Amino acid sequence: MDPLTAVLASIIAAATPLLLAAAGELVVERSGVLNLGVEGMMLTGAIAAFATATTSGNPHLGILAAALAGALLALLFGLLTLTLLANQVASGLALTIFGVGLSSLLGAGFVGVPGERLPRLDIPGLSAWPLVGPVLFRHDILVYLGLLLPPGLALFLRRTRAGRILRACGENADAAHALGHPVIRVRYLALLFGGATSGLAGAFLSLSYTPLWIEEMTAGRGWIALALVVFASWSPWRLLLGAWLFGGVTILELHAQGLGLVAVPAQVLSMLPYLATIAVLLVIARSGRLRAPACLGRPFHPPV
Amino acid sequence: MSSKATRRHLLAGLGAGAALASPLRRLAAGERLKAGWVYVGPIGDHGWTYRHDVGRREVEAALGERVETTYVEKVAEGPDAERVLRQLAASGHAIIFATSFGFMNSVIRVAKQFPQVKFEHATGYKTAPNVAVYNARFHEGRTVIGTIAGHMTKSGIVGYVASFPIPEVVMGINAFMLAMRRVRPDAVAKVVWVNSWYDPGKEADAAKALIDQGADIITQHTDSAAPLQVAEERGAWAFGQASDMSRFAPRAHLTAIIDNWGPYYIQRVQAVLDGSWKSHAIWWGLREGMVKIGPYNPRLPEEVREAAERVRQGIIDGSIHPFAGPIRDQQGRLRVPEGKALADEEILRMDWYVEGVQT
Repeated sequence: MDPLTAVLASIIAAATPLLLAAAGELVVERSGVLNLGVEGMMLTGAIAAFATATTSGNPHLGILAAALAGALLALLFGLLTLTLLANQVASGLALTIFGVGLSSLLGAGFVGVPGERLPRLDIPGLSAWPLVGPVLFRHDILVYLGLLLPPGLALFLRRTRAGRILRACGENADAAHALGHPVIRVRYLALLFGGATSGLAGAFLSLSYTPLWIEEMTAGRGWIALALVVFASWSPWRLLLGAWLFGGVTILELHAQGLGLVAVPAQVLSMLPYLATIAVLLVIARSGRLRAPACLGRPFHPPV
Repeated sequence: MSSKATRRHLLAGLGAGAALASPLRRLAAGERLKAGWVYVGPIGDHGWTYRHDVGRREVEAALGERVETTYVEKVAEGPDAERVLRQLAASGHAIIFATSFGFMNSVIRVAKQFPQVKFEHATGYKTAPNVAVYNARFHEGRTVIGTIAGHMTKSGIVGYVASFPIPEVVMGINAFMLAMRRVRPDAVAKVVWVNSWYDPGKEADAAKALIDQGADIITQHTDSAAPLQVAEERGAWAFGQASDMSRFAPRAHLTAIIDNWGPYYIQRVQAVLDGSWKSHAIWWGLREGMVKIGPYNPRLPEEVREAAERVRQGIIDGSIHPFAGPIRDQQGRLRVPEGKALADEEILRMDWYVEGVQT
């Protein structure tokens, strides 16, 4: 692989955990719930995947376990915020802290254990195309899932009845309820989906990106995913762009260091992905297209 | 009988907690000496803290009948550290190991309040009658693996995944480069700073970027085995960090620099048991066994292994100095003339790079 192809392929891979987690969180936020627990769900997913994969020898079981673990944590969050009407921000932060600790506890016996990388699935035919082939079509299954989620969600949210109902719950829950839609149930389902994808994002890290387990190995990617949802102004296509932008700048700054190109201190180069994201966000905000779902973060109590 | 009781009561009266928990009182039969460890990170980092904990467990294995160990992990440097140190000291621990540079001032302050408790501070420089400092000459290990790298590289480019530009990392890069250039005078080191001690994803990205730019050897000063996994996948060579990481990269892992704290810990705890503990400031390396070189990969050619062993033995018997002149810096200025070597204080303050380091 020539250097350009290699760089582009690694950008696609680097963006995957962000895409998976952010896509799920986008659905959750479009339904009106603010779940700040993404980092905790990612880590729990990562250890669930790693533990299951190494003990059973089957990495695909690990993927399943990660989705389940993330969904379970999200269910817990749902119980707190949708049924017991606790503050969503506080509960989300608590979920993160809980997830970090839980994953560290479960992972104690797996430190220093080498994992097996997820098998690469070259798409027959497409992977032979010049440039696009190796960049997009020679990855493992979770990368493909990450690439399929934005178009899938765009379709779901805009063109399906279920998607429109979900958006209604996020824009005006009272009106949706008045129309007879089960707001709480919709939000629960959204949360389960978001939890599952966050778990899968963690699974990608511990099964494919770096097949090992180390405490807090997500290193803040959950928070970046949350920021990317806002960056994308809750639109799936812009989410894809944001993930590629962030992943791209991260990879490129490492390359820039290696090439000795820029006489800028490495610490400043490290800031670049965040600065780039903020800069683009400013541009979007000025164009007036930044609109959060109207009911985001507000607990819904069905009027009696 | 009554005078003994009076003396005991007097002692107990002197400063409530400290005296009551004084480790100097005779341990009752069957009672074990308490030794504590304070870690800055999680044991699950599989790196710095992990190796200190391995050392602690070796103390348990060797002295378990007479010593019981405690550890507190993920202690942030600052007020939290002071609280933890004070808690350990007040609860009867006779010796406490603080395993991060940033604990220094907290250790000194708490040590003043608990003169009977012995403190050992890793990588620090402030001592006191009851505070010793200890450090390891990891750069000696870098000299050995740099030698191996010089022999094994084809492209002459080594990829260095580094964490933060602090003296410890800088001296490691320099020692590695000097050793490599003695074998391969045109070698260069591309250094990428990931600004973290461990972030497996970013470390893997850095290793990939370096290999994409022509490095065929990867070495690191970060904690996870991620760069090794990348090297294994891409067909590059690599070295393990802090512990033997060969199971992560059976083909690529040439050898490792191993942090070996156990024997030192056993020695110091034994000294407390014997009553012979004294404060000191030591900086031990290959000779004392605090730094070890891991098993060599069977695929390493015989002459390379011999060269590495010669360097290792040379450092141990003093005939080879990791920073012996002539040494030129990146700008080509002669910093150390032929026949001279850098002194310890100069090594500890290193803030410049040798020729061949690209950063």
